[in-house]
Amino acid sequence: MDLWFSEFHTPHVKLAISVDKQLYSGKSDFQQIDVFESPEFGRFLTLDGYMMLTQKDEFIYHEMMAHVPMCVHPNVKKVLIIGAGDGGVVRELVQYDCIEHIDVVEIDEDVVKVAKEYLPFTACGFDDPRVTCHFEDGLKYVRHHNNEYDLILVDSTDPFGPGEGLFTKEFYGNCYTALKEDGIMVNQNESPFYANDARAMQRAHKRIHANFPICRVYQAHIPTYPSGHWLFGFASKKYHPVRDMRAADWKALGIETKYYNTNLHRGAFALPNYVQKLLEAMEELPNNDTTNTLGGEKA
Amino acid sequence: MTRDQARAPIAEALEEYTSERVVPFDVPGHKHGRGNPELTAFLGERTMTLDVNSMKPLDNLCHPVSVIKEAEELAADAFGARAAFFMVGGTTSSVQAMVFTVAARGDKIIVPRNVHRSVINAMVLCGAVPVYVDPGAHEQLGIALGMTLADVEKAILQNPEAKAVFVNNPTYYGICSDLSGIVKLAHAHGMQVVVDEAHGTHLSFSDRLPVSAMAAGADMAAVSMHKSGGSLTQSAFLLVGGDSSEENRAPEISPAYVRQIINLTQTTSGSYLFLSSLDLSRKRLALQGKELFDKVIDMAEYAREEINGIGGYYAIGSELIDGKAICDFDKTKLVIHTLPIGLAGIEVYDLLRDEYDIQMEFGDFGNCLAYLSVGDRVRDLERLVGALSEIRRHFGKDPLVSLPNNYIAPIVALSPQEAFYADTEHVEFSSSVGRISAESIMCYPPGIPVLAPGEKITEEVLEYLRFAQEKGCQITGAEDSSLRTIRVVK
Repeated sequence: MDLWFSEFHTPHVKLAISVDKQLYSGKSDFQQIDVFESPEFGRFLTLDGYMMLTQKDEFIYHEMMAHVPMCVHPNVKKVLIIGAGDGGVVRELVQYDCIEHIDVVEIDEDVVKVAKEYLPFTACGFDDPRVTCHFEDGLKYVRHHNNEYDLILVDSTDPFGPGEGLFTKEFYGNCYTALKEDGIMVNQNESPFYANDARAMQRAHKRIHANFPICRVYQAHIPTYPSGHWLFGFASKKYHPVRDMRAADWKALGIETKYYNTNLHRGAFALPNYVQKLLEAMEELPNNDTTNTLGGEKA
Repeated sequence: MTRDQARAPIAEALEEYTSERVVPFDVPGHKHGRGNPELTAFLGERTMTLDVNSMKPLDNLCHPVSVIKEAEELAADAFGARAAFFMVGGTTSSVQAMVFTVAARGDKIIVPRNVHRSVINAMVLCGAVPVYVDPGAHEQLGIALGMTLADVEKAILQNPEAKAVFVNNPTYYGICSDLSGIVKLAHAHGMQVVVDEAHGTHLSFSDRLPVSAMAAGADMAAVSMHKSGGSLTQSAFLLVGGDSSEENRAPEISPAYVRQIINLTQTTSGSYLFLSSLDLSRKRLALQGKELFDKVIDMAEYAREEINGIGGYYAIGSELIDGKAICDFDKTKLVIHTLPIGLAGIEVYDLLRDEYDIQMEFGDFGNCLAYLSVGDRVRDLERLVGALSEIRRHFGKDPLVSLPNNYIAPIVALSPQEAFYADTEHVEFSSSVGRISAESIMCYPPGIPVLAPGEKITEEVLEYLRFAQEKGCQITGAEDSSLRTIRVVK
């Protein structure tokens, strides 16, 4: 049988993955959820037809989202994760003994249910007693918290559909308020390569830059995402992602990783020229936002 | 509702027409879009194919006998009216038709002072004369309210020859007068009641909202189907209601006469895009309106609670109801009072648009307004609430106080028509006392006219305008916005 999952990366480019069988298909209140089994990538999850994770390459995304800030902040106790219904980021974080509590805010409970049944390799993190799941709108949740979190991870889908509120200026501003004075926020920051993704990346950067005094972008290589070149945002009130990294302390923890290491951490913040240019264009825009007078960090 | 509201006769006839692939040797000249490829690419082929003119299977808006007639009967049934008319010139055309129906040259109509300008414009055309009632203003919020029953009664007793009472149900801000009380009172004095329901389409479809014009027994209502009802911009209904019970001494309005009135000014080439949008929107509201507006009300109540939880902002609600000038409140209206966070409503309106990509309906000095309707989603309200909390954090200042809003009873010396067509001249504003204004001057807040064409300029008017200008009120409508000169009747 010749069965393929395909996803348009642009109107003129698509990625196709040969599928053995479909394990789950269902429509939640928010989106279409599907899980497939494939020979090349193992199991993979799609939402509204967009690739979220595959068994083969999910470690790259989840490690890069979790370990980069954990290697910078000296004492993370309370973490908020927005999105992340698959549990991959949680799985990485529960390896840290210093973390006392993790709140996961996922708008769609069905995603967590499906992950627990079909994606045990990521959902295993949910079993940790320090983890509490909240099934509600991330924008609403974060608005009701003030000066509370050391780390916020925004593991969002794309800036359209149910995740669009997680790419807005008001959301990043509310995150700023929910963080403690030395808090860090890391977000899924789209890709610089194809024009539509690049616009989304620029908009997200502009809005975060308007809210945080330190705002840098780092990259990873994720084969199943459009172009494979993916970005994360590192926003912080106090710590610089490279100057303030504590490589020796982190190594001493002995956490085993497949992608992340402290050399790669440094290198991930070194961006190609065209990406730097796209980001700098957003930093030079006039901005009325008063928080920006704290002194924006130039990439 | 007794008819089959699942029908949509105009939309069905259009479907039928497009499937017949008729060769068009009639207007419009774009011929299903073929004659204008760029426009067809822009609007879509389907839209162009539906843009047709009156013909046998599609009926005629001026003298409906088949599908438009059926669609109008269905609409009347859905709104609990005796008759309904499909209007394609905006709710303004419905308002005009109401004024033209109830009043001829020289006839008086009792209106709230904050009446929409389309009413006064209609009076310029037909020569009717307004008798104004003070709607009152809310001191803290700086918004115009509704007419009290006592004030309407006073106007009726002082003007027993008036033909009709005009009521806003509700106002832009969701404030309702005692419509049922006004209808009873006016009918007992032989006057008709006509209602501007531009902001109240949804009232007919929920028992959690203020009474609708038709349910209150009003004689006519102008309904902006395109505002909260979901039809295309510029489409509206005109409803005829009322009963001829014994207490009602007002003459019953004849739908046939209303049709003649409408045909005086309405196009003879009514757009079938508008007509079918009215037809399908009526169907949706009739079948699902209760459920849809329950959702809108719940969303608005939720947003109010969240916004009031931010601190500073005041999202107004049913607690304002006082049984007089605020007899009821339309809970779908999300009005946010912003002065306590030190920002004018219009400033918050601008910040939401410029900084947060959120477009509000309206901002005045003290408030901004989010228009909620059948198309809204909770997640968009989360964005609004999130942005409001951010605006307070970044831009909040010491609280501002409301601007003055004294009501000045106008002296109507000439009808709007006489004033509009009179010879006029410009004079120094300071020496204009005693002259008759040819201009309309409005002051925000509270959005109540200070002068309308035909009204006498008094010392009090002069003083109030100077004071309001000094305090930072926005003066609109005047030709010379600095108010150094004013145009008056020679």
